[in-house]
Amino acid sequence: MDPLRCGRLCPASSAQHLPSSKENFNNVPDLELNPIRSKIVHAFFDNRNLRKGSSGLADEINFEDFLTIMSYFRPIDTTMDEEQVQLCRKEKLRCAFLFHMYDSDSDGRITLEEYRNVVEELLSGNPHIEKESARSIADGAMMEAASVCVGQMEPDQVYEGITFDDFLKIWQGIDIETKMHVRFLNMETIALCH
Amino acid sequence: MLGRGARGSGWGLLLALLLALGVLPRVRGVEEPGSAHEESQGFQVVTFKWPHVRDPYIIALWILVASLAKIGFHLSHKVTSVVPESVLLIVLGLVLGGIVWAADHIASFTLTPTVFFFYLLPPIVLDAGYFMPNRLFFGNLGTILLYAVIGTVWNAATTGLSLYGVFLSGLMGDLKVGLLDFLLFGSLIAAVDPVAVLAVFEEVHVNEVLFIIVFGESLLNDAVTVVLYNVFESFVTLGGDKVTGVDCVKGIVSFFVVSLGGTLVGVLFAFLLSLVTRFTKHVRIIEPGFVFVISYLSYLTSEMLSLSAILAITFCGICCQKYVKANISEQSATTVRYTMKMLASGAETIIFMFLGISAVNPLIWKWNTAFVLLTLVFISVYRAIGVVLQTWVLNRYRMVQLEIIDQVVMSYGGLRGAVAFALVVLLDEKKVKERNLFVSTTIIVVFFTVIFQGLTIKPLVQWLKVKRSEHREPKLNEKLHGRAFDHILSAIEDISGQIGHNYLRDKWSNFDRKFLSKILMRRSAQKSRDRILNVFHELNLKDAISYVAEGERRGSLAFIRSPSTDNMVNVDFSTPRPSTVEASVSYLLRENVSAVCLDMQSLEQRRRSIRDTEDMVTHHTLQQYLYKPRQEYKHLYSRHELTPSEDEKQDKEIFHRTMRKRLESFKSAKLGINQNKKAAKLYKRERAQKRRNSSIPNGKLPTESPMDNFTIKEKDLELSEPEEAPDYGAEMGGGIEFLANITQDATATDSPSGIDNPVFSPDEDLSILSRVPPWLSPGETVVPSQRARVQIPCSPGNFRRLAPFRLSNKSVDSFLQADGPSGPDGSEEQPHKTLPESTHM
Repeated sequence: MDPLRCGRLCPASSAQHLPSSKENFNNVPDLELNPIRSKIVHAFFDNRNLRKGSSGLADEINFEDFLTIMSYFRPIDTTMDEEQVQLCRKEKLRCAFLFHMYDSDSDGRITLEEYRNVVEELLSGNPHIEKESARSIADGAMMEAASVCVGQMEPDQVYEGITFDDFLKIWQGIDIETKMHVRFLNMETIALCH
Repeated sequence: MLGRGARGSGWGLLLALLLALGVLPRVRGVEEPGSAHEESQGFQVVTFKWPHVRDPYIIALWILVASLAKIGFHLSHKVTSVVPESVLLIVLGLVLGGIVWAADHIASFTLTPTVFFFYLLPPIVLDAGYFMPNRLFFGNLGTILLYAVIGTVWNAATTGLSLYGVFLSGLMGDLKVGLLDFLLFGSLIAAVDPVAVLAVFEEVHVNEVLFIIVFGESLLNDAVTVVLYNVFESFVTLGGDKVTGVDCVKGIVSFFVVSLGGTLVGVLFAFLLSLVTRFTKHVRIIEPGFVFVISYLSYLTSEMLSLSAILAITFCGICCQKYVKANISEQSATTVRYTMKMLASGAETIIFMFLGISAVNPLIWKWNTAFVLLTLVFISVYRAIGVVLQTWVLNRYRMVQLEIIDQVVMSYGGLRGAVAFALVVLLDEKKVKERNLFVSTTIIVVFFTVIFQGLTIKPLVQWLKVKRSEHREPKLNEKLHGRAFDHILSAIEDISGQIGHNYLRDKWSNFDRKFLSKILMRRSAQKSRDRILNVFHELNLKDAISYVAEGERRGSLAFIRSPSTDNMVNVDFSTPRPSTVEASVSYLLRENVSAVCLDMQSLEQRRRSIRDTEDMVTHHTLQQYLYKPRQEYKHLYSRHELTPSEDEKQDKEIFHRTMRKRLESFKSAKLGINQNKKAAKLYKRERAQKRRNSSIPNGKLPTESPMDNFTIKEKDLELSEPEEAPDYGAEMGGGIEFLANITQDATATDSPSGIDNPVFSPDEDLSILSRVPPWLSPGETVVPSQRARVQIPCSPGNFRRLAPFRLSNKSVDSFLQADGPSGPDGSEEQPHKTLPESTHM
């Protein structure tokens, strides 16, 4: 596994096989400007993403865990067949990373509050956007999500939040495969790892 | 070809014009001595001074001819859907050229390099740069550069050398050319032409990655073409034997100087342009001019420094677009957009037409079958080979692989065009002995690629099932998730210490936000400048528009009825005239004021939709009616002030009000739910009764769970107008009465939408308040969107979560929906049979 360079994180934990804690992540200097830094770092320690449980946080992650997270960002391999299955699965995983980021209380549903939180953070990079705008944007987005997912709503129906299925529905037709990956993971390093 | 031309009235016009043109020189010939003769007769009341106006007159006439031709083409939809416009224009040019030739026997009108490079090319390239999808472009920059540089060099070298090889074999007969001439020819014929590519690909709609690669290549290969052309031309001038290694090295160096220098000039001028537009607040009317003048200067400057002018103006457009679009006012932006499109499209039209005309000149024709055919074969074959080789290399690094199909389209899309023609015409016959052969071959190549490939590329794309581009409306979720993606990806790269695309983009956007935007953007623009905010804004506006459209369709524009002061607006819309009402309204409106659309962008996006005209109408309606009083004083003529920038303010106002409203509704929703149980009960009863009486909307029987719906309203009520609360019962009694009442409808529609026009502010509305239940009073109430009202959404107590979201099925009209819950009253009254998919989302 050594060939995978993870320059900044792993040196921070002094040896690659020693576990890393949150501070190591928070110390990465380039992350400082990222408005959703905390969410991302959080995602690295999320048991759901680490496939270790349905909720909760890990205190530390080791290198393998790190790779598990990173593997979500591998681009799809064009050579593989049974594309439908694979593609779907990958898509779900990727969504899962995002989805888990939104769904902070692990109840499998992005509620309005949760959505608002994320959007606020997301837009916090621009100091000129007031919180109110961020909120109404989140509200609007939620509304849109509801209209996409539920469509014709029955009179007594209320939309409680975006479930994972809904989430997939929102992403329908959007080419995440080309967006949600990081280039370096396409390299031979992966091959070396196996 | 002539046969095809003879259709439609456009042609008759054209021919008449043409005849006039043909006759004109002779008129002049007759006129001149005449006028000299008449000079002695003293003062003339009327004189005919053709020579005086001749040149501009002819130019104007040609532009007119070209434009009329365009109208003519589009008379028949069938033809234009099969045949690209560029092809039609070339054919038309051939016909016109034939007529001119027949009349004059000299080719009086040809596409000269000066005109082409100085006047026709810059607008097209500027347009390309200014509307370049930057993210896509820079995301694929590596690929584009490889194709543009290596690909072009490869094409030039292989074509030139192969032709030389064949020439040595003697197949071409006796020609006075050497290796350098062939290389020179190869270098000018190698470059894919931006004009032709744009013209053809715009009609094909391949997916955006493919498009940006082909198009980007055609733009950026200019530097290579310029350098190769200059190098080989000077070599030819020097003579083959005197070329030394030093010259070759100089050539390579000059490539970097030309390309990087051109880019740098472009960036500098973009900086200047952005900076200037920051301070144009008080000269709004000439604001758009700066964009054109300064970018044109960048073109000329780099031409002066013998750098790549195309690169300069392209990058000027690419770099300035963000800041300029943020700085200039909305109207100016619209002006820039349309002017640029107009200039580019006009230039393109003229270029293709004159390509056709220029071909009709027996003096330049020199035929050599082997040379012409082999050139055609070589450029196609080597293009294909080059593409395959480069793609093979690229695919090892690219994340989005270029498939075989893409490669076919890329090879096939290698159209040659006017740049090659202009360059070949520039050749000096004294130095290049076989200039005419080169010229005629170039013409053949251009015609072949544009006509044959242009005609066949569409069927080919369909046949190969190339992924098409899809036009999607912007979606809030998509944008938000996209933003989240960006941050996640760049974080991943940060954490793993990888310097990749996302890393660079992230750093750049930080830099941009910290420094560039601060310098180059107006302070106000910095604030409102966020893509997500913009999308939100746009959607809101769109909803407002469709909202009004809805009202208009139902013939109840009463809700934008005005106070007594403004009689203009009191047009009677109450009589439902389903089909005619729109037209009449819009005409009425258009004539009143120089109408500026609120939101051209969204208009444009839906240009293809059939509802376009309707939107236009509603745009006008919106603007006219909602903001009428403020625009009254626009009749003054002023050269320097077109309109006070009310629109902008109003836009913002809409936006802010919307947000405030929604916030309020949310707040109110969050406060205690059960405060008003009693009232709610009262309501429940009433509502049940009303249900029974009212017609069932949408054919659906609403289920009874009224409680929660009302709580919200009541809370609102309590927050805002506590003193009205006791009235309820009384009001409710009347509730059934006004079921079908238009005024009620009006208030319901009006109050929540956030388009609180000054005409219709709450305090002016007392008369209505008396008839309408207090919870519907404008300003403070929440009212569902049109659709929500159809479907009377109710909620079973899950308030804390999503109280205000009693959603409508499709629309994203955020503010309308957010204010959803008051549904039951507003909703049941109108059976929306005609409820359209008006929000398009």
